[in-house]
Amino acid sequence: MPNAGIIGLTVDHLTCRRGEHEVFAGLSCSVHPGDVLYLRGPNGAGKSSLLRILAGFIAPAAGAVGWEGEDVAIDPLAHRSRLHYVGHLDTLKPVLTAAENLRTQAAMLDEQADVETALRRFGLDNLRDLPARFLSAGQRRRLALARLVAVARPLWLLDEPTVALDAASVERLETLVAEHRDTGGMAVIATHTDMNLPGAYTLELEGRQRVPAP
Amino acid sequence: MSPFLAVVRRDLLIARRQGGGSLLAVAFFVMVAALFPFAVGADPATLRRVAPGVIWVSALLATLLSLDRLFQADFEDGSLDVLALSPQPLFFTVLAKVLAHWLVVGLPLAVASPLVGILLNLPVEAFPVLVAATLIGTPALSLVGAIGAALTAGIRRGGVLVPLLVLPLYIPTLIFGVAATADPAHAAEPLMLLGAVSLVSLVLAPLASAAALRLALE
Repeated sequence: MPNAGIIGLTVDHLTCRRGEHEVFAGLSCSVHPGDVLYLRGPNGAGKSSLLRILAGFIAPAAGAVGWEGEDVAIDPLAHRSRLHYVGHLDTLKPVLTAAENLRTQAAMLDEQADVETALRRFGLDNLRDLPARFLSAGQRRRLALARLVAVARPLWLLDEPTVALDAASVERLETLVAEHRDTGGMAVIATHTDMNLPGAYTLELEGRQRVPAP
Repeated sequence: MSPFLAVVRRDLLIARRQGGGSLLAVAFFVMVAALFPFAVGADPATLRRVAPGVIWVSALLATLLSLDRLFQADFEDGSLDVLALSPQPLFFTVLAKVLAHWLVVGLPLAVASPLVGILLNLPVEAFPVLVAATLIGTPALSLVGAIGAALTAGIRRGGVLVPLLVLPLYIPTLIFGVAATADPAHAAEPLMLLGAVSLVSLVLAPLASAAALRLALE
């Protein structure tokens, strides 16, 4: 049960159903300030679905997501304003330049956005005036992740953020996550690869594979 | 800058960079209207009689042309997730996108409508009413169209469904718009009704579109 006094994000007996198929059931965990939670499990185990439930995009079939002890469904707008969600898609407009893409996104998320720092931290300075359609997959990924820096929000929900990133960029991301934790931020990261984030917790999602009868 | 204005500016910037949005709508509007003299004959009296109806039907079709991409493009590249995390109710995010759509498509159509009036031998005294009616009526076209665009955002090739969903809802705008344009001496009443349709759409259409977009986010 959600109580007052709990700090951070709580997941309470969560059940996720997609169509007729139950993806996971009775899932509970919590993420406190400074915590990183890895979501691991086979394809189809519900990592992405869980992240979208935590973002408030999908309503859980049962159970609740809490923030500071209060069900986030009570005030969905406040919840959406405190989190970043970076999914598989790069959220970029091919006709806009790298800087314009980040600037337009950041302006929608927060009035005080620091776009310049974000571009620099992801090594995108020299690409700022290049239309996004000319960026490589890794550069697109970095640009999508740059909004984490441009707009400060306490909860990061990252769905396989390291896909297409080179080693140096993964290192940059690790540094940013570490700084985010130092300021009391939280991150939930679905990933198949190992990131260097000391003291991260792991939530294994089993996956209910439908095995055909022999 | 408020998140509302940020969304408007973003969509205007994308429209400007992509190019052709306004020009395409206006060109389509003029071309469809210009087909009618070939179809019904160039008799000035006939053209004058059908002109109000033809202008409005052409304007509806020109608006539809660009509507299917209103939310679909954002759905396909994931931007809808970012829009949904904006610190304002989805209602206002939808409204901002509709406003940008109207500025790119509806407003140029209203400005170009006298040109189509000339092509169709519309009496000159009807021109001020025509411009007023298209200015008042086209916001409803963008607003109601957004419902169809939101419902089909997550459907592959859903764009072809938009006209089927939206055209029946355009009928009130069509009736009052044509009524005002056809009888400029007694245009006050239909213009007010046209305004009423736009105002009702202003309240209901973003609500319905936001609800539809929440389904697309799942």
